[in-house]
Amino acid sequence: MPQVSMTVNGKPASGEVEGRTLLVEFLRENLGLTGTHVGCDTSQCGACVVHVDGQDVKACTMFAAEAEGAEVTTIEGLAEADGTLHPLQQAFQDHHGLQCGFCTPGMVMTGVALLDRNPTPSEAEIRDYLEGNICRCTGYHNIVKAIMAASGQDVSKIAAE
Amino acid sequence: MPKDSGIGASSKRREDVRFLTGTGNYTDDINLNGQAYVHFLRSDVAHGRLTSVDTSAAEAMPGVLRVFTGADFAQVGGLPCGWQVTDRHGQPMQEPAHPVLAQDKVRHVGDPIAAVVAETREQARDAAEAIVPEIEDLPAVVDMKAALEEGAPKVHDDLDSNLCYDWGFVEENRDAVAEAIETAAHVTRLELVNNRLVANAMEPRVAVGDYSRATGESTLYTTSQNPHVIRLLMGAFVLGIPEHKLRVVSPDVGGGFGSKIFHYAEEAFCTFAAKALNRPVKWTATRAEAFLSDAQGRDHVTTIELALDADNNFTAIRTETHANMGAYLSTFAPSVPTWLHGTLMAGNYRTPLIYVNVKAVFTNTVPVDAYRGAGRPEATYQLERVIDKAARELGVDPIALRRQNFVTEFPYETPVAVAYDTGDYNATMDKLEEIADFDGFAARRAESEAKGLLRGRGVNCYIEACGIAPSNLVGQLGARAGLYESATVRVNATGGITVMTGSHSHGQGHETSFAQVVADMIGIDADMVEIEHGDTANTPMGMGTYGSRSIAVGGSAMVRAAEKVIAKAKKIAAHLMEASEDDIELKDGQFSVAGTDKSVAWGDVTLAAYVPHNYPLDEIEPGLEETAFYDPANFTYPAGAYACEVEVDPETGKVTIDRFAATDDFGNVINPMIVSGQVHGGLAQGIGQALLENTVYDESGQLLSASYMDYAMPRADDMPFFAVDHSCQTPCTHNPLGVKGCGEAGAIGSPPTVVNAVVDALQRGGHDVTHIDMPLTPARVWQAMQG
Ligand code: FES
Ligand code: FES
Repeated sequence: MPQVSMTVNGKPASGEVEGRTLLVEFLRENLGLTGTHVGCDTSQCGACVVHVDGQDVKACTMFAAEAEGAEVTTIEGLAEADGTLHPLQQAFQDHHGLQCGFCTPGMVMTGVALLDRNPTPSEAEIRDYLEGNICRCTGYHNIVKAIMAASGQDVSKIAAE
Repeated sequence: MPKDSGIGASSKRREDVRFLTGTGNYTDDINLNGQAYVHFLRSDVAHGRLTSVDTSAAEAMPGVLRVFTGADFAQVGGLPCGWQVTDRHGQPMQEPAHPVLAQDKVRHVGDPIAAVVAETREQARDAAEAIVPEIEDLPAVVDMKAALEEGAPKVHDDLDSNLCYDWGFVEENRDAVAEAIETAAHVTRLELVNNRLVANAMEPRVAVGDYSRATGESTLYTTSQNPHVIRLLMGAFVLGIPEHKLRVVSPDVGGGFGSKIFHYAEEAFCTFAAKALNRPVKWTATRAEAFLSDAQGRDHVTTIELALDADNNFTAIRTETHANMGAYLSTFAPSVPTWLHGTLMAGNYRTPLIYVNVKAVFTNTVPVDAYRGAGRPEATYQLERVIDKAARELGVDPIALRRQNFVTEFPYETPVAVAYDTGDYNATMDKLEEIADFDGFAARRAESEAKGLLRGRGVNCYIEACGIAPSNLVGQLGARAGLYESATVRVNATGGITVMTGSHSHGQGHETSFAQVVADMIGIDADMVEIEHGDTANTPMGMGTYGSRSIAVGGSAMVRAAEKVIAKAKKIAAHLMEASEDDIELKDGQFSVAGTDKSVAWGDVTLAAYVPHNYPLDEIEPGLEETAFYDPANFTYPAGAYACEVEVDPETGKVTIDRFAATDDFGNVINPMIVSGQVHGGLAQGIGQALLENTVYDESGQLLSASYMDYAMPRADDMPFFAVDHSCQTPCTHNPLGVKGCGEAGAIGSPPTVVNAVVDALQRGGHDVTHIDMPLTPARVWQAMQG
């Protein structure tokens, strides 16, 4: 079986994979990074989003071998070493942007990528950017609110707790 | 002032940190030493006779440990049904066998035929493709009415027909209702479809079976909302394993919405195969398998009639429903269109006479069972749609018609066997008019018109029966289980508390809100209370989470156990302070003697309980740990009023939700932030049902909507921000917290609100449209507008 090597959350990682092994399988099964989830088989749900060389990517839609040599960041690599949450992670907690938590890693990684590109997105821009991420629990209300809050916008007028 | 801790505080959720950092522990994250993988070969036809299954090629494939077929399960029990409905004529429902792997026939696309266990997931999948089943195709029945015709192909050869039951409720009222309808001043009639849905929790189902030859114990890790129920059903009815040799663990579970209540074949298979092979066996559903094997929801076809007198008072309701059961009876399927549906047909209104008839039908489709709301959305949808239609026919304001008929005095005995303990439907409606900004509607409508869009407003009320359920009552109604809940409150020597609850959290945030309750009762910091759930090895027998029952039933059990703890702690405190037990007060974590300045801290008392040097050993035992089982006295009745404004594009038929407001009376609220979140999620699911989601089978029984490319899940840009309010609170009168439950309300109240709004928009736009069946896709709306 071919060998792949990449940097994951700042550390070198390598392993043997089949040609058909997906990046998400490599992360979950070879590296034990189970924070990245699999919610579908048609590249629709976004539970698997990670960053590859700074881009948000659906890890179910990329072969592990394609990430050869890449810098990969997963949800496990987002908080600081001392455990301090990334501002968007913190905003998700502050604004109740998660319930069961299954979509959450993908939502947060997607949200971070959006804010990198567009530091103060409008509500419509956020909803549009989340088009590839499905959440069944939250109705998106608090996810959108959390992303707006993390970008420094005043969300106090948005209804509800 | 919002509270910052305890009951009523929007405490941030403690479970969030693990979910936000990728350190949750979902079932698929569990990998056991020596684990093998199973792949199921599933039927690709909806109905056929299974004449043979040739597994020889698959057995010879690399990595294959064993291939199982129906023959391996011939001596094993089938999946049991937990509810028996008695029909109009006093006969029990028809109850077919439900084998773990297909025996002689396949009955829906996705029915499991064989299972390959191999060293790797890929090897199992590859080998499954080499299995050759011989299936003689049989004509499939998909449409419920066709399934009941004479000579229709039978889903189960050994049953008389495809009719599971023909249920009448209240049967004695049948003739009186017919007469009231015949003689009424006005009757509004509506035929409608409650579209079939797939729950689609984002985490697909997973099962990992394990077995220890050394101890003879089986363990099942599974994505369940109720691990004890799975242990009982699978142990007692399927595999014959006594509870003390069977542990079921449901760790972090990624959403349920009902679909993870039921006992599924894959759970029994993994437990069985782990023992047969003496290896852990793991199954992880793909999303495609989830569409083909998770119990689906709704799928009712209904005709409802509402009779009114000359003053527009409701006088009678008659409703006839065909309810799809799918190919087998899933665990609680028979109860959904009957006791969770017929009993809610009074809604928020005084209607003296009600008759509900339900024909439950077997078809060659995936089984149907409870999905968020379960029966109550189907009741609410038909009732609130027919009321809206009646208001239009009579030329009266739909809100005024509702208000005129509201139940206003409590307790209220409905003619459909339930008694509402408390409520105030005018209060939630008043609040709705305020938060939905009814005054601004005309201006917004003018703005929409200027853009060439039709704006409409829909209003809706709902009531639901939650806090499921009094055991003796449901026993009389056919439940084969009790529906109490349990909790153990274990106080540790240094004062920290671990609560073991039979409730299960799969997104609801119990670890936070349950801890708020116990901390509040004692007056300590919530961080001193830990909530454990989901493992039958360390929690008392409990019935799990569904039917918005966790806080109302599970929370009540926890309160009862905590009360016992406090009572004992007071005895200890009295001893320590040499006072009478009756004079001891507990406040802010301090026990004091009334009228004195004597006090001891919570921690002093807990330490004394475990280091009983100075202790009333002749009166009470050491230790501080109590268990309570709580059986509710009644259902709880959350209720509310919702409003929605839509814009319809007359060019395309596309509906956009512009505003949505929800006012709910949940009784007392433990954590308002969490409660609002529950409402948001329910609203999105209900709006999804109204506008987007549909489960479509072709006439041969192929599921056409079996992926996210074909099944339209609501996405962020389909939703507005929601205005929600739960400040109208009439506390439940019969549970200790005065709570009613909030998990399903949004999904119950929102579909009719949306449909009412779209019909309103079209009517205001001059289109004579009185009804469109969900989902209101652009194509359906556009077609309706063309007449
Ligand atoms: S798992 Fe990657 S998009 Fe669904
Ligand atoms: S939090 Fe459960 S799917 Fe988003």
